[in-house]
Amino acid sequence: MTANKFFAKPWAWSFLGALLVWVAAAVVSRGTGAGAIITAALPLAVFTVIVGTGQMFVITLGPGNIDLSLPANIGLASAVAMTVMNSNDSMVAAGIAAAIGCGFSVGIANYLLIWVLRIPPIIATLSASFIIQSIDLDFGRGLQTKPPPGFANFTDMQILGIPLLAVFAIFLTAFAAVVLRRTLYGRTVTAIGQNGRAARFAGLPVGWTRFGTYALCGALGGLDGALLAGYFRGANVDIGSEYLLTSIAVVVIGGTSVAGGRANVPGIWGAALFLVLLTTMLNIFGTSAAIRLLFTGLIIVAVIAVAGGRKATP
Amino acid sequence: MIAPPTAPLRAPAMPRFDLRLVRTMLPGLSLALVLLAIAWLNPRAISYFGFDLMLNLAVPIALATVAQMFVMAGGDLDLSIGPFVGFAGCIAVTWLRDAPLLGIAMLLGCISAYAALGGLIYLRNLPSVAITLGMSFVWQGLAILVLPKPGGSAPDWLQSFMGIKPPFVPFSILAAIVLAAAAHFGLMRTSYGAILRGAGGNPVAVARAGWSLLKVKISLFALAGLFGVLSGLALTGITTSGDANIGNGYTLLAIAGVILGGGEFVGGRVSPIGAVLGAITLALASSPLLTFMHIPPDWQIASNGIILIIVLATRAAVTRKGPLQ
Amino acid sequence: MTAADSNFVSLNAITKSFGPVRALRSVDFQIGTGECVGLIGHNGAGKSTLMNLLAGTIAPDNGNIAIGGLEQRDYSTRRAKNLGIRCVFQELSLCPNLTVAENARVFHPAIKGINWRRRVGDLIRGKLDEIFPGHRIDPAELVQDLAIGKRQMVEVARAFTVTSDTVRLVILDEPTSSLDSHIAAQLLAYIRRAVAQGISVIFISHMLAEILSTSDRIVAMRDGTIVADAPVAMFDREKLLAAIGGGGEGKNAQDVPPDGVTGGKAPLRVRAKTRSGGELTAREGQIVGLAGLAGQGQTDLLIALLTAASPGRSGFEITAPMALVAGDRQTDGIFADMSIAENIGVRSLKQLRDGLLISRKREEELADCWRAKIGIRTPDIRNNILTLSGGNQQKVLFARALASDAQIILMDDPMRGVDIGTKLEVYALIRQEAQMGRTFLWYTTEHDELKNCDHVCVFRNGAIVADFTRAELTEEKVIQSSFDEMS
Repeated sequence: MTANKFFAKPWAWSFLGALLVWVAAAVVSRGTGAGAIITAALPLAVFTVIVGTGQMFVITLGPGNIDLSLPANIGLASAVAMTVMNSNDSMVAAGIAAAIGCGFSVGIANYLLIWVLRIPPIIATLSASFIIQSIDLDFGRGLQTKPPPGFANFTDMQILGIPLLAVFAIFLTAFAAVVLRRTLYGRTVTAIGQNGRAARFAGLPVGWTRFGTYALCGALGGLDGALLAGYFRGANVDIGSEYLLTSIAVVVIGGTSVAGGRANVPGIWGAALFLVLLTTMLNIFGTSAAIRLLFTGLIIVAVIAVAGGRKATP
Repeated sequence: MIAPPTAPLRAPAMPRFDLRLVRTMLPGLSLALVLLAIAWLNPRAISYFGFDLMLNLAVPIALATVAQMFVMAGGDLDLSIGPFVGFAGCIAVTWLRDAPLLGIAMLLGCISAYAALGGLIYLRNLPSVAITLGMSFVWQGLAILVLPKPGGSAPDWLQSFMGIKPPFVPFSILAAIVLAAAAHFGLMRTSYGAILRGAGGNPVAVARAGWSLLKVKISLFALAGLFGVLSGLALTGITTSGDANIGNGYTLLAIAGVILGGGEFVGGRVSPIGAVLGAITLALASSPLLTFMHIPPDWQIASNGIILIIVLATRAAVTRKGPLQ
Repeated sequence: MTAADSNFVSLNAITKSFGPVRALRSVDFQIGTGECVGLIGHNGAGKSTLMNLLAGTIAPDNGNIAIGGLEQRDYSTRRAKNLGIRCVFQELSLCPNLTVAENARVFHPAIKGINWRRRVGDLIRGKLDEIFPGHRIDPAELVQDLAIGKRQMVEVARAFTVTSDTVRLVILDEPTSSLDSHIAAQLLAYIRRAVAQGISVIFISHMLAEILSTSDRIVAMRDGTIVADAPVAMFDREKLLAAIGGGGEGKNAQDVPPDGVTGGKAPLRVRAKTRSGGELTAREGQIVGLAGLAGQGQTDLLIALLTAASPGRSGFEITAPMALVAGDRQTDGIFADMSIAENIGVRSLKQLRDGLLISRKREEELADCWRAKIGIRTPDIRNNILTLSGGNQQKVLFARALASDAQIILMDDPMRGVDIGTKLEVYALIRQEAQMGRTFLWYTTEHDELKNCDHVCVFRNGAIVADFTRAELTEEKVIQSSFDEMS
């Protein structure tokens, strides 16, 4: 009975998948690097989890809500963070704040397009992404892009073998879960995703909630940009390019409904670990980029196909 | 107590057919706007030669947009059409040239894969956004496997066909007209086309009436696959060589084209003619218009976004009076 | 046994459960050729389930279905359609993005090939002319552009159209719920004509007068079984009510005490001018009715009041918080993935907070309180909302509005398709709440409900053309005000 209940939870499958891939990778590397694999994978998973959380809130708003401006946002935020920090350890906090602020503004801009001009979110965030890319190209020319040494070290720090970034991210997602289930804001997001009209009629602040969600997603993207610049020792326009697809993938594989109204926070972790470990395992096999792409795609398709979609309601 | 009529008799509400007319005219108006802008900036562009050049890539974009339209008619979204178009193009410059029968078989296999995907989506009730996302990786990987580096040469017959220069009207415009007419006829005028669209509007009702929703979904995706393949072939015929990454931007262009053409994400409300018009508008707005406006390269990317916003905002402003969603 | 053979449809010893809910317990139901059976009962009585079984959309757990004397194995919707069984359910099954003619084609796969559009257009227009003379529906119109009354007309007419399969039995589930009394009368008259031609009709309605006037036989259900099955002559209004077990205590609107709050004294709650003329005023403790033919602007006004961003600018005067009880619960009310408790509490989230977070305990207490107060039939308020029957879901929407801090309750014809027992319970609750100072704006298409109101505004073409106090109110007056004098 407990096994059935475990598998009934949507996020269980993603953790199971992550576990399987980790075992496979450990076996292939002759068991020597099992612990090291996890430790190396965790920070990468963290970056995905942070933006995945933001994307999860947006997707839960209902069908058609998605933030395609994340990669451009991350790229710009990384440049902003590095510029403000200016290789100066005392400016780290200011740099992170600036990056978050930059992402927050992107989120606001997205929502203004959606609300004022009534443009569908997919198109609005896509268009915004083009504009942000241009801003980043223009802004980032010839500017200081290296992180301050203290900040760079911080992104590598570990406690008892667990990266500090991961600990931080766990707290972040736990906080997000509480917000989702127990605050007015989180309940409103869920309600909007299930029935936007009814949410409006029930007196819920639909407009403000959507606004806050896009701003939140943007802010998390900004944070990710700063952290990525620290971890990878530099900012650049494309630093976030793979996070569009992975942010959506972890949300869906983790059990959040793409139709909206049903979000799943633990699943984001499981799915992020799964995807990162998968890439690691394929790297160990020494496969070419094409095979890796093909394999990643097939696994995503298979996982989603097996997990199935939302049961039709009567 | 009966109040005497105090207010003057209200004018009769706008007849419903007028609203429909406005809805269908908007894509055309968007296109007209872009054409006017081009004409104002560079009058010489309004000529046979000018259109031939500007609408160079219009045909593959329009074909990809129609493919996306079929998927959106069923309430789904295809995030993999771009890489798929690229993959079809890669097959064209390799197998189709060197071993035509095998190449044709592969392309037919691709269409079947799309159809099978549609079936899978229906049977397992899967979210199309996520699954087509995964498929985009697959098509991308396959494309790189088939053609690791850009190059190759498209079959001669394909190049000649795409290079036809009819008198008076450029090939791309003629091709677009034929495409719009065929898609319109197939989806809007045939009896089964009504079923395909109806399944997007009220699937439960259509199923209760005895139709197989599975067949509907498979048909829509098969059509998407077909037009995706045609788009890849057309693209390769024009550029004459292959590139695994060349189609990647087509996914979002295609979605934008359908939306610009009056289509919606849910409810089975799409317009084939609108989709083709939307595709042409985007083809014009994304490059020729920018060149005429002398936009620096760093900002050309932004211009794509800005133009999209302007066109959609205009549409939103005009349809404000329409029925609430 | 011979009696059973002569029946067109025979359902024997049918049982059906949905999880823990026993929808049907060993039901025997027959209908003969050329017979109109009126089916009445509570929501949750099992009528919809029984009809779904007959239509082939669901299968029984036990028992068998015999059509035309032949027992059916692997019964399905396709089989039902081939055998000539058609249904018009409460949830309309038209595709809004298709035209009327295209929707008719969805129903008739046989029409295809050249010129299919004109053929099916003529077919549906002909049937509309036959049932609803004077309709002004064009087969080329998109269904999404039609008002709900017209959509219902199209759906009913479509059910009677014939191409390759003949029509033997038509199930009509609340077919007049969105129709004006004038158009409803046309439909009832047509049913008698159709029955005379040999078509069987199962007619489900909560309009007792309609059932009595149109049926040959009446079948009453309660809690999953048939409790009465007899020719219509054996029934009258009181006997019907007694049979279905609701409100038999003789409580009807005549017993409503006159309102203690006289017009001018109590504080103003709502003053609303419609764009086309006329004004609606409601004071504290009043129940104000919105009457007139369906779709004349009543719902529009309620929604406009509810969603007015800046009331002053829209010409509204609103002095207290408002809440809505939706009539179309799927699109306007229900959150399908939330529990019953969450659905009730969603309008009161601020009050359910304990510090910054929503308290689950308070939410469930609130839901339990209202479950008892309004009589929601469920074993556990933490169950998903969709485990409830339609009428009980409607009760949840009432509870949501009444549990909130709203002093003005807007009701958008929420009693459509709800059983009489529930209705009387809710009327009593409304009067109680009004006496404690709440204001109700009540749009209803059923004249009897207006008797609960202190005064009634009649709508016509978006304007309020008349305002009757309870003393002045008669059905003739309302009808006179409802019709366009020009026609």
